[in-house]
Amino acid sequence: MTNLIAIYVLWLREMKRFLRAKSRVVGTLAMPLFFLAFLGIGFNRMSMPGLNGTDYIHFLVPGIIGMTMLFTSMFSGMSVLWDREFGFLKEIMVAPVDRISIVLGRTLGGVTTSVIQGILILGISIFMGFKLNGLIPFLLSVVFMMLASTTFIGLGLIFASRMRDIHGFSLIVNFVIFPLFFLSGALYPIDNMPSWIKIFSYVDPLTYSVDGMRGALINISTFSIAFDFLISLLFAALMILLGAYSFESSESI
Amino acid sequence: MYDIKIKNLTKMFDDFTAVNRISLSVKRGELFGLLGPNGAGKTTTINMLSTLLAPTSGTAKVAGYDIINEKNQVRKSIGVVFQDPALDTKLTGRENLEFHAMMYNIKSNERKRRIKEVLELVELTEKADILVENYSGGMKRRLEIARGLVHKPKVLFLDEPTLGLDAQTRRHIWDYIKKLNKEEKVTIILTTHYMEEADYLCDRVGIIDHGRIVTLDSPDDLKDRLGGDIITLEMERVSNNFVNSVSKLKFVKSTNIHNKKLIIAVKHGEKRIPDLINMALKSKVKINSVNLHKPSLEDVFLHFTGKTIREEESSHADRFREFARRRIRR
Ligand SMILES: Nc1ncnc2c1ncn2[C@@H]1O[C@H](COP(=O)(O)OP(=O)(O)OP(=O)(O)O)[C@@H](O)[C@H]1O
Ligand SMILES: [Mg+2]
Repeated sequence: MTNLIAIYVLWLREMKRFLRAKSRVVGTLAMPLFFLAFLGIGFNRMSMPGLNGTDYIHFLVPGIIGMTMLFTSMFSGMSVLWDREFGFLKEIMVAPVDRISIVLGRTLGGVTTSVIQGILILGISIFMGFKLNGLIPFLLSVVFMMLASTTFIGLGLIFASRMRDIHGFSLIVNFVIFPLFFLSGALYPIDNMPSWIKIFSYVDPLTYSVDGMRGALINISTFSIAFDFLISLLFAALMILLGAYSFESSESI
Repeated sequence: MYDIKIKNLTKMFDDFTAVNRISLSVKRGELFGLLGPNGAGKTTTINMLSTLLAPTSGTAKVAGYDIINEKNQVRKSIGVVFQDPALDTKLTGRENLEFHAMMYNIKSNERKRRIKEVLELVELTEKADILVENYSGGMKRRLEIARGLVHKPKVLFLDEPTLGLDAQTRRHIWDYIKKLNKEEKVTIILTTHYMEEADYLCDRVGIIDHGRIVTLDSPDDLKDRLGGDIITLEMERVSNNFVNSVSKLKFVKSTNIHNKKLIIAVKHGEKRIPDLINMALKSKVKINSVNLHKPSLEDVFLHFTGKTIREEESSHADRFREFARRRIRR
């Protein structure tokens, strides 16, 4: 059914574009780094309820990695829109390659580039005083990064398949991406939020990725790592299936 | 043996009919042209034949496969050069070709050889390793044509292959297209709104207007159908009497009024001019100019649609799109 060479070449294209767009990568990494630097330094001395004794920067790093996954993966899923705008989508769609392979290739490429950026953020945060407790926590956090990335690429694909052009893009950023970010507890513990907001946090996939990474990296979490993993896995599977379905059923040009 | 068989193919966008019950067949090895003004439905037809757009009704077979039920087989058999640019400008020319060859599952050795070949064909070997964003419009077009050939398609669709190119590059591309059709025996369907292009390249031409094929034949036969030469009399004022009596003349095959010009198809035009001028004098119709020429596809178009192709285009709301598109192509 699937076409491994096509998946590979679609992945390769994402990688080449990523490596060539240095300024864009710097641009997308700038925002999480600013958040990390200013919020981290600004709030570090403050005591916030729910941090259970860690300093704020340790609490913040998993949240900022989650933010990076959210933004880069949504953009990656929605890059179909840019391909449509620049005509390249037709070249992909007229090739004798089934739609599932096309979605898989793009998703693999998007996950790879997003996770690289997440790891970069983690690396930089070590210079800002973040302590990494060994290899296993690191690998666990990478697993959560991959699941979050898959989830949001799927979500990006769903939106991209419903839109005709790139004009609605900023609407998605303001009314989907930012709410998902703020509701996820990436910046503050959700335990402290009013319960009506908590409901929204609980249906936000990013909540579980961030909580899972916190559990893995700093050993503080609302849910157990196993629970976070399970929910993240379900979200990833659901979103990528819905994304693939939307992509397949949308007009190809 | 037909490579394309179209039957009653129709595409509607909401309640607007872009392609209206088109039927035609193209033989294997033929170079077939769809000639028509902006918005005639050429691209929509190509999009349906290349499986990118689902027809509203009707059907077609391409290289023997059904465009609705055997999409993948159709896709394997065709190459498409789209009207609008469809390159990844962040990749080099060679990488664009490699991407394509791998999507068509061409193995490594064969891939390298084919890419080398097509790069030489379009004379882009030296520029193969720079990013496409640094290519000129003509280079991009040539790369797209090369890409359409990498996987040796049986049927090649060229949607306005020379749109927006300078005269020299256009000539060049015409020669490739001819060579390809002759030497590699590729069946080619091209769309154009350049008369000379259709005339020079195509074995047969279908004139398409408002989504319908109005006539279809070889360029020579189309011109012959008008019946000989074309005499154009530019009148000071249109006189219906005069026009009526001209059209009743035995040697006149057809007449057509366009602006203040009376367009007359006749055999042996040079011998008929004096008669016509005499008649005009008798009917007190002042003639401003006289022109005699062999019919061109332009005359054929005018004959079958009652308009010149330029008028069709400028009357069409779509001309704006054309502008935008040319800008992108730069
Ligand atoms: N996706 C679409 N939605 C609505 N209308 C469309 C769509 N695509 C094409 N049309 C309309 O269908 C008609 C035919 O368009 P098409 O692009 O096939 O023309 P064309 O012959 O290729 O013209 P051109 O020479 O400008 O390329 C036009 O009136 C166009 O506006
Ligand atoms: Mg067109």
